[in-house]
Amino acid sequence: MNLLIKGGRVIDPTQQFDEVQDVLVEDGIIKQVGKNLAAPANTETIDAAGCYVTPGLIDMHVHLRDPGLEYKEDIVSGTLAAVAGGFTSVCCMPNTKPVIDNKAVASYIINKAKTEGFCNVFPVGTITQGMGGERLSEMGELKETGCVAVSDDGKPVRNAELMRRALQYAKGIGIMVISHAEDLDLVGEGTMNEGFTSTELGLKGIPRIAEDIATAREVMLAEYTGAPVHIAHVSTKGSVRIIREAKARGVAVTCESAPHYFTLTDDAVRGYNTNAKMNPPLREADDVAAIKEGLRDGTIDCIATDHAPHHLDEKDVEFNEAMNGIVGLETSLPLALRLVAEGVLTLPQMVERMAVNPALILGLGRGTLKAGAPADITVIDPDKQWTVTPEGLRSKSKNSPFLGQTMKGGARFTIVGGRVVFGKQ
Amino acid sequence: MSFRHKHIIALRDLNKEEIELLISTAESMREINERDIKKVPTLRGKTIINLFYESSTRTRTSFELAAKRLSADTINISPSTSSATKGETLADTALNLLAMKPDIIIMRHAVSGSHYFLANKVSCSLINAGDGAHEHPSQGLLDMLTMKDRFGRLDGLKVAIVGDITHSRVARSNIQGLTKLGSSVFVAGPPTMVPPGVERLGNVTVCTTMKEAIQDADVVMMLRIQQERQGKTLMPNTREYSRYFGLNPVNLKLAKPGAMVMHPGPINRGVEMSSYVVDGDQSHILRQVENGVAVRMAMLYHVSGGGSVE
Repeated sequence: MNLLIKGGRVIDPTQQFDEVQDVLVEDGIIKQVGKNLAAPANTETIDAAGCYVTPGLIDMHVHLRDPGLEYKEDIVSGTLAAVAGGFTSVCCMPNTKPVIDNKAVASYIINKAKTEGFCNVFPVGTITQGMGGERLSEMGELKETGCVAVSDDGKPVRNAELMRRALQYAKGIGIMVISHAEDLDLVGEGTMNEGFTSTELGLKGIPRIAEDIATAREVMLAEYTGAPVHIAHVSTKGSVRIIREAKARGVAVTCESAPHYFTLTDDAVRGYNTNAKMNPPLREADDVAAIKEGLRDGTIDCIATDHAPHHLDEKDVEFNEAMNGIVGLETSLPLALRLVAEGVLTLPQMVERMAVNPALILGLGRGTLKAGAPADITVIDPDKQWTVTPEGLRSKSKNSPFLGQTMKGGARFTIVGGRVVFGKQ
Repeated sequence: MSFRHKHIIALRDLNKEEIELLISTAESMREINERDIKKVPTLRGKTIINLFYESSTRTRTSFELAAKRLSADTINISPSTSSATKGETLADTALNLLAMKPDIIIMRHAVSGSHYFLANKVSCSLINAGDGAHEHPSQGLLDMLTMKDRFGRLDGLKVAIVGDITHSRVARSNIQGLTKLGSSVFVAGPPTMVPPGVERLGNVTVCTTMKEAIQDADVVMMLRIQQERQGKTLMPNTREYSRYFGLNPVNLKLAKPGAMVMHPGPINRGVEMSSYVVDGDQSHILRQVENGVAVRMAMLYHVSGGGSVE
């Protein structure tokens, strides 16, 4: 089955494309990008007029909750949410039950995604066995099995010596370490950002330095060991500054931030809104400005959602009791398009942050429309207007702070390996 | 004017007139408490549940007496006797209680904002008897009533609040109420116990020393210091705390002559206050407790929709 995507504005920063062209797909591979391509026999044509045609979007930080926590999400519902949000690949974090610290769990995910999933799923293994923060996991075998990175996401590696060894060991294997950078002593029993809002609401605060200090540690360890590190979900002005300075010195550090960190402040917590509770927490206006500036100047390499589905029973509770995290796969693209509308990012920059860079950082061999690449393509309708509703979200969980909000822009077609998996005509 | 709120969760949610109405109603309720037969039929037939997830003697008793003096039927539920120990959620407990048709639930809970969470689920009135470090509106109101008794007004007063401001719901309710009524609050405590942005909560000045806060104050309100809550990192120990932030007859002289001394209780004698001050002429601590019943009668009366009091 072949595919011709006609008349869309093709945006591919890996080839400096930003003009109306056609994309021809053959046998799941990009065959050609060019003007006025003719459809060979037995080719389905997709009309992409008025749409952007980009390398398939990649979300390098999601929680699919499978195995073990399928009441929140599973590989089927999570990848359906992903393709509805325009993503052709997701990297799933290892804090499942059991955690992804061995070949068996990694293989289960890869196989289930292949047979039942809607998009590519690349598991992230753990840094330490059982995410216990004591002994390194079998990173070599995890990589051989198909894990594209290691992380103890949700649980920072507390011991600096262990993190140092993790970076060194992972470098030898050639697998990226993704750090959840937070100093747990400073986090304490905090439930939201520490600032005026936490004072007024009487909630325990998590100071920004909890993240800044941990980010600084990871940067220094990367600098000392010469090993790369990727900082997950950057939320503070301080972290952005630390990473910007490290990059300028040539430290092999990359990072991501999430749409909620460039869209919302801790004001969203008012009313004790548990759908605005996540870790790291929503920060303040100057942090939001710093995240935007970091995305603009390239300090922040990627936009990743930290899609964290939780059941209603885990969110419809007193604020302190509520689980951390929000779903993000289906709202990421329109929120990123807001940055384009605001002039923070150009469209090619947005595609870099959402497709090109995640693929480069994790070595996924995707994120491009070059001939010969897997035909992962997102066709974006920039004018699509829609409202976020619990019924409308494909994710099993509905814990979004954007419920009720109108979004502009979204996936028109999501194409994975040459197959239209979302937006069938 | 009439009181338009179904719940009383925070003084932040009330305007000046509503706070004044509650205080003036409390002033008129006080007379009932002086009668030989301390009961009026105002809330006859109403059912009130005291749901206390945190321990309390003063507040729970005071609310219960207030309800009984207005002829309401009251029951008390505390976690040790409730389903909370069996793992029932707060929402389920409240909904089950609601099924028994109470008119008012008075709740104390350790989690800030719990009442807002429940307000979306229950159809009866909710009164906050303290939620986490957020607010304690009945305490704020009774404190203000006690100040009004002494000064005849609640504007233009300098009120010093000394202690752990970060964890104090009493401080927050007083700041909200006093600011709306035109007084100014000076807070002091070790910087580890002063939360960021507290000066933006209202007419609040942050002082680095206790002396600065109580200098020429009309009211000195001391907060309870708890070794268990302040943990190991907020202060060295109660001995050193008391040395810098304890109220004693010597530093009390910095306040205006005849300044009021207040404390929400329970007191740690010799820690935040010396016994000479607790039991001294300037102490209004027991008057606060006395006013608590009247204030809570006023709160129950107004969330029940007002009506005549005989």
